[in-house]
Amino acid sequence: MTLIMNNETVIAKTRQSRTIGRDLTGIGAILAVAVVGYFLFPDNLALLTRIIAIALLVLSLDLVTGYCGVATLGHAALFGSGAYAAGIAAAHYGITSPLLMTLAGILGGAIAGLICGVIILRAHGLPQLVLSISLIYLFHEFANKASSWTGGSDGLSGISPDPLFGTYEFDLWGQTAYIFGVFLLLSVFVLLRVLVRSPFGMLCRGIKEDPLRIMAMGASPKITLIKMYVISGAVAGVGGALNAISTQVVGLDSLSFTQSAEALVMLVLGGTGSLFGALMGTLVFMLFEDYVSAANPFHWLTMVGVLLIAVVLFAPKGLYGTAAGFIARRLEKRT
Amino acid sequence: MQTVFSIAIDAFAYGMVLFVISIGLSVTMGLMRVVNLAHGAFAMIGGYIASYAAQHLGLGYAVAVLLAVVGTVIIAIPIERLLYRRIYGAPELTQVLMTIGITFCIIGIANYVFGPTLKTIPLPPALQGSADLGFRSIAVHRLFAIVCGLAVAGGLWYAIEKTAFGVKLRASVDNASMAAALGVRTEIIYAISFAVAVGLAAFGGVLGAELLPVEPYYALRYMVTFLVVVSVGGAGSIPGALLACLVLGGIDTTGRYLMPEFGEFFFYLAVIAIICVFPRGLAGRAR
Repeated sequence: MTLIMNNETVIAKTRQSRTIGRDLTGIGAILAVAVVGYFLFPDNLALLTRIIAIALLVLSLDLVTGYCGVATLGHAALFGSGAYAAGIAAAHYGITSPLLMTLAGILGGAIAGLICGVIILRAHGLPQLVLSISLIYLFHEFANKASSWTGGSDGLSGISPDPLFGTYEFDLWGQTAYIFGVFLLLSVFVLLRVLVRSPFGMLCRGIKEDPLRIMAMGASPKITLIKMYVISGAVAGVGGALNAISTQVVGLDSLSFTQSAEALVMLVLGGTGSLFGALMGTLVFMLFEDYVSAANPFHWLTMVGVLLIAVVLFAPKGLYGTAAGFIARRLEKRT
Repeated sequence: MQTVFSIAIDAFAYGMVLFVISIGLSVTMGLMRVVNLAHGAFAMIGGYIASYAAQHLGLGYAVAVLLAVVGTVIIAIPIERLLYRRIYGAPELTQVLMTIGITFCIIGIANYVFGPTLKTIPLPPALQGSADLGFRSIAVHRLFAIVCGLAVAGGLWYAIEKTAFGVKLRASVDNASMAAALGVRTEIIYAISFAVAVGLAAFGGVLGAELLPVEPYYALRYMVTFLVVVSVGGAGSIPGALLACLVLGGIDTTGRYLMPEFGEFFFYLAVIAIICVFPRGLAGRAR
């Protein structure tokens, strides 16, 4: 009996150390990519910062789509709300400290997440998809109409964030914004790793697998999913705020259907249900888009289409899922 | 009174065009459970073929329409064989991704072949001008669209409710594996309904070219509208789709006439309200 107990604790310990090892590898990989990006594209830090902001959006989409199984084509509503919240705080209320602006973005995103969650979770399947599309158009039209607050189709300008910690200015080269972005991404990543392994994260996965059974166990799927939506909104809000701080302007395109659809494409390209997949999909798609649209602006949509079809046909689990499966098979063969 | 009447006619015509395009989507979605975001792209292909036939080949309107329908079906068949076959029964997310990919490809190709400009389909003299109804005159083209929409609705109703094919189709919608066990060749049913759906989409694209102008981003711009119609009506239901088209066409047209500065705000507000009250659509059945 004690032997079995001992064995179990040993297994639990090795599993724990393995997941912590994976966490450290993840943090190391993000830092390494960030440093490599900094030295490879020193003149294009704005693009890299934008990739980080979009990566936060895709991570937040992964929380509801990958972990909870909610299909949505309107997730940019949360991202855009965060961006506008940060922008309005700076432009109309004079809150120009970058950390406070990020906080405003988190709040804005979380509130938008609450609204979207309550509405989107009313339906399933195709109607759910259509609800999410309608919501993003509604947000878009609303931001367009409320032009005294949002600047309408001209975009919200007049955002000038203070230097970070009073010393590091957000300059034209975007070094501060980039390092600030990497820092935000790392902290969000660590928090999310903890979140998806917590009992709450497990409950969300359970709801994705079988909501009926979760209900029979005494938990409420709806309230859990709405909580997850609020968390997801906060994460997307960080991304939005980062975008507002780094570009110093918020446009209507941050609340667009196209942005939502692209985020979903990036997520599925990388692989749903894993944070690494979300990051990888964003990185590959954004670099691909940047490269192809610069090389051949007329054909880039066709290329993206071909890429999507190829992913569905040949790597249905996404790039990360397929690569991880391949490596796991190789390791199994060796042992 | 004048405004109310013209809004009503425009809304009716717009609703009918929407119906002709989306009914195929509704039937295939109810039958094959595929979220087909590329349906609008097939309507766009129809519009392009008709425009090319009428403007460059100098063919008549009727021939151009026929060519558009046949040509689109011929283009769609290999796409169905090679790509759609693989996503039947796949998770929704996969279907969305695949069909968005197809849409992007078609948009890119259309942009390359035909250029980014608007294409028009010249109307024959018989459809131009306006008809006098005694108390009011309305554009003949609107009337034509309404008549075509009603004819399609009637024809589909007859085919689905009264013919042997319709019986098999309904059986496959309700329970595909059971229908197959009873000797219904479901693959053939699938292929025929896909072809009819694509053909109707092409016809609707030509018919509605005055209201929904043909250009490369047509597929993306109106895709959402078609999906909304199907989901508000309830996938697989003809009366539901008809009702949804008339209601949504009415709301959209009224909004455009009376409050153009609000854009599509009221359209999407209505969609959210309807789906929140009827999560399975107006005529959706519990599964």
